[in-house]
Amino acid sequence: MGDHHHGPAKGLSRWLFTTNHKDIGTMYLWFSFAMFILGGAFAMIIRAELFQPGMQLVEPAFFNQMTTLHGLVMVFGAIMPSFVGLANWMIPMMIGAPDMALPRMNNWSFWILPPAFLLLASSLFMEGGAPAFGWTFYAPLSTTYAPPSVTYFIFSVHVLGLSSIMGSINIIATVMNMRAPGMTYMKMPLFVWTWLITAFLLVAVMPVLAGAVTMMLMDIHFGTSFFSAAGGGDPVLFQHIFWFFGHPEVYIIILPAFGVVSQIIPAFSRKPLFGYDSMVYATASIAFLSFIVWAHHMYTVGMPIAGELFFMYATMLIAVPTGVKVFNWITTMWRGALTFETPMLFSIGFLVLFTIGGFTGLMLSIAPADFQYHDSYFVVAHFHYVMVAGAVFSMTAAVYYWLPKWCGRMYNETMGKTHFWISFIGFNVTFFPQHFVGLAGMPRRIPDYALQFADFNMMSSIGAFIYGASQILFLYNVIATIVAGKPISDEKVWDGAEGLEWTVATPAPYHTFETPPKIDPTHAHS
Amino acid sequence: MCFEAKRLAKLALGPVLMLMSLVSTAALAAGEAVNEINMPRGVTEVGNNIFDLHMTIFWICVIIGVVVFGVMFYSIIYHRKSRGVTPSQFHESTKVEIAWTVVPFFILIGMAVPATSTLIEIYDVEDAEMDILITGYQWKWKYEYLSDDGENVSFFSNLRTSQGEIYNASDKGEHYLLEVDEPVVIPVDTKVRLLVTANDVIHAWWVPELAVKKDAIPGFINETWTLATEEGIYRGQCAELCGKDHGFMPIVVNVVSKEEYGQWLDTKKSEAAEIRDLMAQTFTMDELMDRGKAVYERNCLACHGGNGEGGVGTPIAGSAIATGQLGGHLEIGINGVPGTAMQAFGGQINDVEMAAVITYQRNAFGNNMGDMVQPIDVFNYKKG
Amino acid sequence: MFRVSANPVIDTVTKLVTVAIGMFAFVFVVMVPLYDVLCDALGINGKTSGQAYTAIQAGVDESREITIQFVATNNDGMPWEFRPSVTAMKVNPGASNDTVFLARNPLPKDMVAQAIPSVSPSRAAEYFHKTECFCFNNQPLEGGGSVEMPLQFIIDQDLPSDIRTITLSYTMFDITDMTNGAVAAR
Repeated sequence: MGDHHHGPAKGLSRWLFTTNHKDIGTMYLWFSFAMFILGGAFAMIIRAELFQPGMQLVEPAFFNQMTTLHGLVMVFGAIMPSFVGLANWMIPMMIGAPDMALPRMNNWSFWILPPAFLLLASSLFMEGGAPAFGWTFYAPLSTTYAPPSVTYFIFSVHVLGLSSIMGSINIIATVMNMRAPGMTYMKMPLFVWTWLITAFLLVAVMPVLAGAVTMMLMDIHFGTSFFSAAGGGDPVLFQHIFWFFGHPEVYIIILPAFGVVSQIIPAFSRKPLFGYDSMVYATASIAFLSFIVWAHHMYTVGMPIAGELFFMYATMLIAVPTGVKVFNWITTMWRGALTFETPMLFSIGFLVLFTIGGFTGLMLSIAPADFQYHDSYFVVAHFHYVMVAGAVFSMTAAVYYWLPKWCGRMYNETMGKTHFWISFIGFNVTFFPQHFVGLAGMPRRIPDYALQFADFNMMSSIGAFIYGASQILFLYNVIATIVAGKPISDEKVWDGAEGLEWTVATPAPYHTFETPPKIDPTHAHS
Repeated sequence: MCFEAKRLAKLALGPVLMLMSLVSTAALAAGEAVNEINMPRGVTEVGNNIFDLHMTIFWICVIIGVVVFGVMFYSIIYHRKSRGVTPSQFHESTKVEIAWTVVPFFILIGMAVPATSTLIEIYDVEDAEMDILITGYQWKWKYEYLSDDGENVSFFSNLRTSQGEIYNASDKGEHYLLEVDEPVVIPVDTKVRLLVTANDVIHAWWVPELAVKKDAIPGFINETWTLATEEGIYRGQCAELCGKDHGFMPIVVNVVSKEEYGQWLDTKKSEAAEIRDLMAQTFTMDELMDRGKAVYERNCLACHGGNGEGGVGTPIAGSAIATGQLGGHLEIGINGVPGTAMQAFGGQINDVEMAAVITYQRNAFGNNMGDMVQPIDVFNYKKG
Repeated sequence: MFRVSANPVIDTVTKLVTVAIGMFAFVFVVMVPLYDVLCDALGINGKTSGQAYTAIQAGVDESREITIQFVATNNDGMPWEFRPSVTAMKVNPGASNDTVFLARNPLPKDMVAQAIPSVSPSRAAEYFHKTECFCFNNQPLEGGGSVEMPLQFIIDQDLPSDIRTITLSYTMFDITDMTNGAVAAR
């Protein structure tokens, strides 16, 4: 793109036809927040029903639709698109590129998402109701025993898989080919590294998910028996294929979050990231290991002991590179000059709570102990610690960190800190007690429970309402900032921040780095 | 504007320490009362080993957490810009990276060894004294005691908690959602082999105090075992999402002395013989309606409604089937409707119960057909 | 690495698209067959072979006695009476053994069923050789009809010494709709 006297187009067509990475990033971010609210609404219904023993609000069949849609919307609609949005906004600027490698495909990657989720959400109103077989949709509950809406569910999954694959191809092509001269791989910000690795994971495993749902489609409509014992198939085959996707998927969710935190902690410690090279290798090891641990989700299906042991050892091994990263972040803080603005608070919150989630993950990896944890609330607690206090906190930190650069206005710091503390408390009140009820024997995906689980469930529900409410505060702060926040024009919004994005004007111009920047060869990575 | 994070960190420390001591006391007190916080130690050697493994890993994580977070909180307090510190710029150390890669690796090996031996124990199913075939159904369990002489004692185990309790019309009993009409009975100090399968979708059989959990997969048989060392009643639940009443198909295991078990088995066998006798009997309308109402509540109500009004299932009040030809009605009750949620109950309830419930359906809910179905009618219908 | 295109972006994109398509194909062409092959070869999902075993001349190991339990279950919606004629038998590895399973179709309509075997412990499956089994084929049965279904098997002498009990379970599925009543080998 040469001449650029014109600004962005005006009106609706700007957004429909934009190929600008900043615009597309913005759309992804707003879409994902809307999905976060939708998925959160489903969660509120779940926690409202679980507030007390007995069925008060919904029927069990509808409750299962809520848990299913909550999982699908949060994973595929909220978390993943939010990090893709962040990637779109930040990667070109961080590597000194003018835009993504394939701007028009970028537009398509975003715009197929809203229809896909509209279709999924509309299944609530279809005959037989929405999918109610859990976000993990095991056969034959999801094939022979599925409601008619399962076909739309499959189509929806295909579309959002396509979106992810296209987005990832774009990211890889951009990072591999469009770095400014002098920006070697080992000079890239860690956020770019984690997204590069994540994108490879996505290209490898989203097609596997597509394969799994295609096989479902064939079993349901075309008389095949991949997952049906009657025709010589095996329901457990589904689980292997699903989790071969599913385990790398959870690392897809968390690696970009690691990248964000690796940018923010050094900024607010005013100290470079400790162990940059190790962090890159640790991320790559985690990605590699993520392919060979899938059956730790299947310890109770009746695998031969050799299989159980292999998957147990491989899963335990992932603790090593993950631990390395946690130690590196803390050492980054050590002997720094710390301040605790909102992005740093969320990052420290991430560090503590994700680590706790990592510990429960280690406990879960122990196969014999998992016979007591599997399919209980202990697992629910674990994955909410790593996905909410992990990925969502990191995403929130990212928004506070980069919002001033995006819109040229500063958010209200007191409101931000308030949001953090209410979120932190609300989150822990919601999910810490779930460890207890899980250990005490409460299974997951049940709408009603025995009396000994009542107290902690009530506590958990109260926490959920608090956590949910705090997101309204967040929304208010973001909108108020964009509309009427204190204008800021320093390129370097945060005095400890490093990276090419902090060398462009604030707010970032519509087109940046149309001429590649000079990379200082003596300066290390950011 | 300087937010008093230091003060708050100290404030947070209190509750965290309290929580930790709560957990450890609960862990020590575990075993007797219903434990709300921790895994039960249980009444099997396997369960005890799993519990010990769980607590060991837990404490290792706590110690590592305290150290790691301790370092972090130290930093948060003493390495703050507001204290006027100048930030260091050190940013790498190969020695340190190697150290904190290798040390955790050895800690993991330390955990893997007892985990491996416990798993090997769990997989040793040989030399059991008895076998029970457990089949998961939507939404109940079936138990079949495999015997060498072919006369297997077999029964279904349904949730006994009433709809009234669930829908808050009456007070909830002590074992709300964890009580069944027919518990599994096994003798104490006896290795019992459990064969687990499913009739429709995947279920999972889980009893925490026996430390047994195994998936029930349609078309496949899984095996596991248990050896309870203490008499008592142990309750569990289905542990794999299996449809709308996944949360309403509990498990109750009654561990009794070997004598009591022998007596129970004999009772069950003679009950089966009794049913065979009852089959030849002719019942009165009142007897059929009484028995039929109980059978209806246990097997039909969840889908067809307390007043036959329907729900997941079609209405029975005023339905063409219940007020039409008896043959058609028997056909559906016995053989189900393939491709729908209406199961073949002929294989699940005996002929006496079937006769009663069909009679009940045809006369209750305002249907008032006046006909009575006797067990011999059901038997003859099944014979063809 | 070879270049597909002079344009580096197109080069990267083409290779990645190929990987994506390849991974989709991987599911059908590698994962499914690999699962079947491994299960078949190692018997690890408890399924016995779908083909008749050709017995080789070998002695009978009289020193070992294995208890074989027979279990028969109906899958959802399957109304047949289905049971083993004997619930257990003691056999020696290497010896040929016979038994029958009994089935009756109580409905007035003709039906076709398929028995699916499952062995426990699953690692015993590869040592459980069936020279004749009603599970090799569909089982058609006219309305009201009964049948005796034969099973002939040999336990391999190489059965691991720590296995003393094997349970063979059949689940009977109604496949009338799938086969339109026709008899077909599996």
